Amino acid sequence: MTFACREDDVPPGEGRNITLEGKRVALFRTDTGWYAVDAVCPHKGGPLADGIVCDHAVTCPLHDRSFDLRTGQGPGEDRVSAYPVELRDGAVYVAVGSPAAAPVAA
Amino acid sequence: MSERDRIVIVGGGIAGQAVAEALRERDPDVAITLVCGEDALPYDRIRLSEILVDGSDAATLALRPEEWFADHDVEVLLGRWVEGGDLDAGTLVLDGAEELTFDKLVLATGSQPLLPPIPGIGLPGVHPFRDPADCEAIRQSATTATHAAVIGGGLLGLEAARGIAAQGCDVTVIHLVDRLMERQLDPVSAAMLEPSLADLNIKVRLESATQAITGGDRARGLQFKDGSSMDADLVVVSIGIRPEKTLANTLGLATNRGIVVADSMRTSHPRVWSVGECAEHAGMVYGLVAPILEQARVAADTLLDRSAAYTGSILSAKLKVAGIDLVTVGEADGETSAVVSDAAARTYRKLSVRDGRAVGAILLGDVRGAEALMAAVRAAEEVTDPLDALAAASAAGPADLPDEAQICNCNGVCKGDLVAAVEVDGCTTPREVMSRTRAGTGCGSCKPAVIDIVAMAAGGLNEEPAYLCACRKQTRDELADQIRSQGLQSVSEVSQCCGTGRDCGACKPALAYLVSEVNDNRHREERHARYINDRVHANIQKDGTFSVVPKMRGGVTTPSELRRIADVAEKYEIPLVKVTGGQRIDLLGVTKEDLPKVWRDLDMPSGFAYAKAVRTVKTCVGEQHCRFGLGDSMGFGVEIEKAWEGLHTPAKVKAGVSGCPRNCAEATIKDIGIVAVEGGWQVRIGGAAGASVREADILDTVETKAEAMRLSTTFLQYYRENADYKERTYDFVPRIGLDEIKRIVTDETIGAALRERFRLAKAATVDPWLERDDPYHPRQFTDLDQQPEDDGPPTPVVVGPPEEARR
Ligand code: SRM
Ligand SMILES: Cc1cc2nc3c(=O)[nH]c(=O)nc-3n(C[C@H](O)[C@H](O)[C@H](O)COP(=O)(O)OP(=O)(O)OC[C@H]3O[C@@H](n4cnc5c(N)ncnc54)[C@H](O)[C@@H]3O)c2cc1C
Ligand code: SF4
Ligand code: FES
Repeated sequence: MTFACREDDVPPGEGRNITLEGKRVALFRTDTGWYAVDAVCPHKGGPLADGIVCDHAVTCPLHDRSFDLRTGQGPGEDRVSAYPVELRDGAVYVAVGSPAAAPVAA
Repeated sequence: MSERDRIVIVGGGIAGQAVAEALRERDPDVAITLVCGEDALPYDRIRLSEILVDGSDAATLALRPEEWFADHDVEVLLGRWVEGGDLDAGTLVLDGAEELTFDKLVLATGSQPLLPPIPGIGLPGVHPFRDPADCEAIRQSATTATHAAVIGGGLLGLEAARGIAAQGCDVTVIHLVDRLMERQLDPVSAAMLEPSLADLNIKVRLESATQAITGGDRARGLQFKDGSSMDADLVVVSIGIRPEKTLANTLGLATNRGIVVADSMRTSHPRVWSVGECAEHAGMVYGLVAPILEQARVAADTLLDRSAAYTGSILSAKLKVAGIDLVTVGEADGETSAVVSDAAARTYRKLSVRDGRAVGAILLGDVRGAEALMAAVRAAEEVTDPLDALAAASAAGPADLPDEAQICNCNGVCKGDLVAAVEVDGCTTPREVMSRTRAGTGCGSCKPAVIDIVAMAAGGLNEEPAYLCACRKQTRDELADQIRSQGLQSVSEVSQCCGTGRDCGACKPALAYLVSEVNDNRHREERHARYINDRVHANIQKDGTFSVVPKMRGGVTTPSELRRIADVAEKYEIPLVKVTGGQRIDLLGVTKEDLPKVWRDLDMPSGFAYAKAVRTVKTCVGEQHCRFGLGDSMGFGVEIEKAWEGLHTPAKVKAGVSGCPRNCAEATIKDIGIVAVEGGWQVRIGGAAGASVREADILDTVETKAEAMRLSTTFLQYYRENADYKERTYDFVPRIGLDEIKRIVTDETIGAALRERFRLAKAATVDPWLERDDPYHPRQFTDLDQQPEDDGPPTPVVVGPPEEARR
């Protein structure tokens, strides 16, 4: 697990990008927990961190494709990697080495 | 035989599903098993063309939801392949082993795309167009390819080309013979189609036989028989179908081009039927849905020992390419024919007659009366004067159609079925009728006709509610009532009370607008409910940077403003400075973290070019300078822009003020347009010249500027309070009706109340670019590995692990 940011670094309900171990990931803070997925939309490279987030989906700001933040699954074949996130003492950690269906830190 | 007859259907395409449905409708008891070779429930193949254009999810194609199969007691085996069996014993072999027993068997194995045996056909970059995977592969390639070729200029080839062009990729349709869609069109109509395709950026190359696909590692070009060649790094092949008869051959059934069937849809074995693109009836293999559905109904009857006969189908086709209306039925030529054509308007209407009876019709560009003409051809109606018949058809409304007129060709639904759904089954809205009859659920091109007929049968149209939140089926008005009655202040509170905005997120921006509007802009703002544009007050570009459009009221600026803009553009190395169609200047390609600095240096207010808000008030120079001017359009425009700026609206609002009816500010195509006329000002509403073009309606002509301002402001507030989210005035005004709007905005009491709420909302507006010095969050404009700006508020920003931070 790699340290990413403090809890208040991401405004509630939004996403922000960060590079961790050479990987660009979008980190989201939602009502149901924290999630991390690849930063770039596989469709045409849209910045997923700028998308609208609901419980556990993000909608890409460019052409409205929606991705499940827990699994990274998007429409059809489109998908991004999802990474496990943990919250400890107000700090957020991401396991970028192990893309997987991410367990949620509440 | 067992107590319950078991019918096994092999193939879960449209044909297999149609047989299962027709059987269940006729017999509640018979056991039905549907073996699907593909790993998905039966889906609507014809809508792949639509998905190729818009990229929506293939999961939305399912013909029936999963519950349907349980509810209707149809057993489905997904992703299972039937390899052979023993017809006399009534057994089938699945995936090498498992045996499935049947009393009767239906082969609905469909077809495979036909691929020409030419060199290079197997190269990466060459795709058929048949299933969701093909569709996705084509879309993917089209985003990077420099030039695409579609081999085959039939219906499907043209739809494929349209899908590719829609991704912004250059595309050429290669066709073997001298005209497109030669099976449906005559030479004149085929030629007329080409300029319409050219408008969609689709090139056409006729009489070209492809000899090889060239390229070593992947497709790079096409080589033609005549020695010429072209570049193509994406090749789609759409030259026809090859009926899938492998299983039929293994089982020892008689096959020719397809599996041979009699009028009863039975094959050469008494226990086996065949339906769909794999079946050959009277020498014909049908590659369209309507005949397949007719076959399925006959097969269902004869499978249940009822007598029925299939006697062949008259083919009709619609081109599913937005922007081109084309319907054909029957033969392209007859003994005699009547043609009404307008080359300039690219319309062509033809009715062909043989032995005094209608045998075919082609309607291009003007498809009025298509249902009536199709019904005439199907019934081989007598036609004495084809020209008269064409004219009569174009005047025919839904009431004039015979009950047998087929409205939905995809699902074979006639006018009579639609009327019965209303009169007998009690459906009240088009949506209910469509889900009961399945009309309009195929390619969708008949939806307008379905709606007309439902309106006629129901004696008026029951408006289907426009849901603000589709996932929860709640309308704007219902939600507005909740917000008002419970005093909800934010999107989160609405989500908690009403559930909206949780499942898909898609309705959050609409809720954000509603909460602000109902609370007269005194709501609790939550940025996570806003589009990125409204979180950083700039318009996102395709590369993730932003554009900045400062306010320039009425298009009027000053040397010092221009100097600042120039300085900013240089200082921040802004890649493009452009004069917009809205009379101001756009700085494009600004990074998110530079936005606050750019705004600070510009020192101009936001132009709201990124928001659903009042955008611009375009003006002409007007009476102070122009020799025709009747009023001070420029001064008035600036005044109006000041009065309305900063207000959010259901969809963007553009205004214009012209100094005389020559109308240089294009006020007649604005959401709100004002034109100086002799003795006063004309106020117009509901105009547009974007995706829709609509001349603005005249709301009233008044004597003074003050009256014009009052009237248009009252309308603006009425629109703010009553339009659906994203509903521009060009849809809103006709929906409500001009007379009703006039009545409301000129009513003294209602008008005064509207203006009071307008005043409150306006008083609470602020220039969002002031967030440059007062961001709503320290990281409003920055990512986690960038340092937020120093001159932000003194909120402590901690980077680094907590241990270090604590020290
Ligand atoms: C900048 C500008 C083009 C230009 O270079 O001149 C422009 C640029 C965009 N227009 Fe426009 N429109 C611009 C004037 C127009 C006009 C002309 C006008 O306003 O006089 C029209 C037709 C008039 C009308 O709307 O009735 C126009 C009709 C549209 C439409 C179609 C709207 C419709 O419902 O018909 C869209 C799409 C939409 O809103 O969904 C659109 C959408 C867009 C967007 C915002 C696309 C987007 O969502 O990203 C473009 C942003 C480009 C960017 O990179 O930031 N733009 N757009 C013009 C800005 C004017 C301004 O100063 O604010
Ligand atoms: C992009 C596109 C657009 C189209 N547009 C239109 C249109 O606008 N209007 C129109 O009328 N038609 C249109 N068509 C044609 C229409 O889609 C087809 O005629 C129709 O879908 C054929 O249905 P089917 O069930 O006969 O065959 P299929 O859809 O091919 O279904 C056969 C199924 O059987 C399965 N199968 C085969 N063998 C076995 C086996 N041994 N064991 C198990 N499973 C097996 C296959 O996997 C397949 O799923 C279009 C076609 C395409 C590709
Ligand atoms: S609208 Fe008429 S008066 Fe105004 S500037 Fe144009 S031509 Fe002149
Ligand atoms: S770039 Fe994400 S949907 Fe197009």
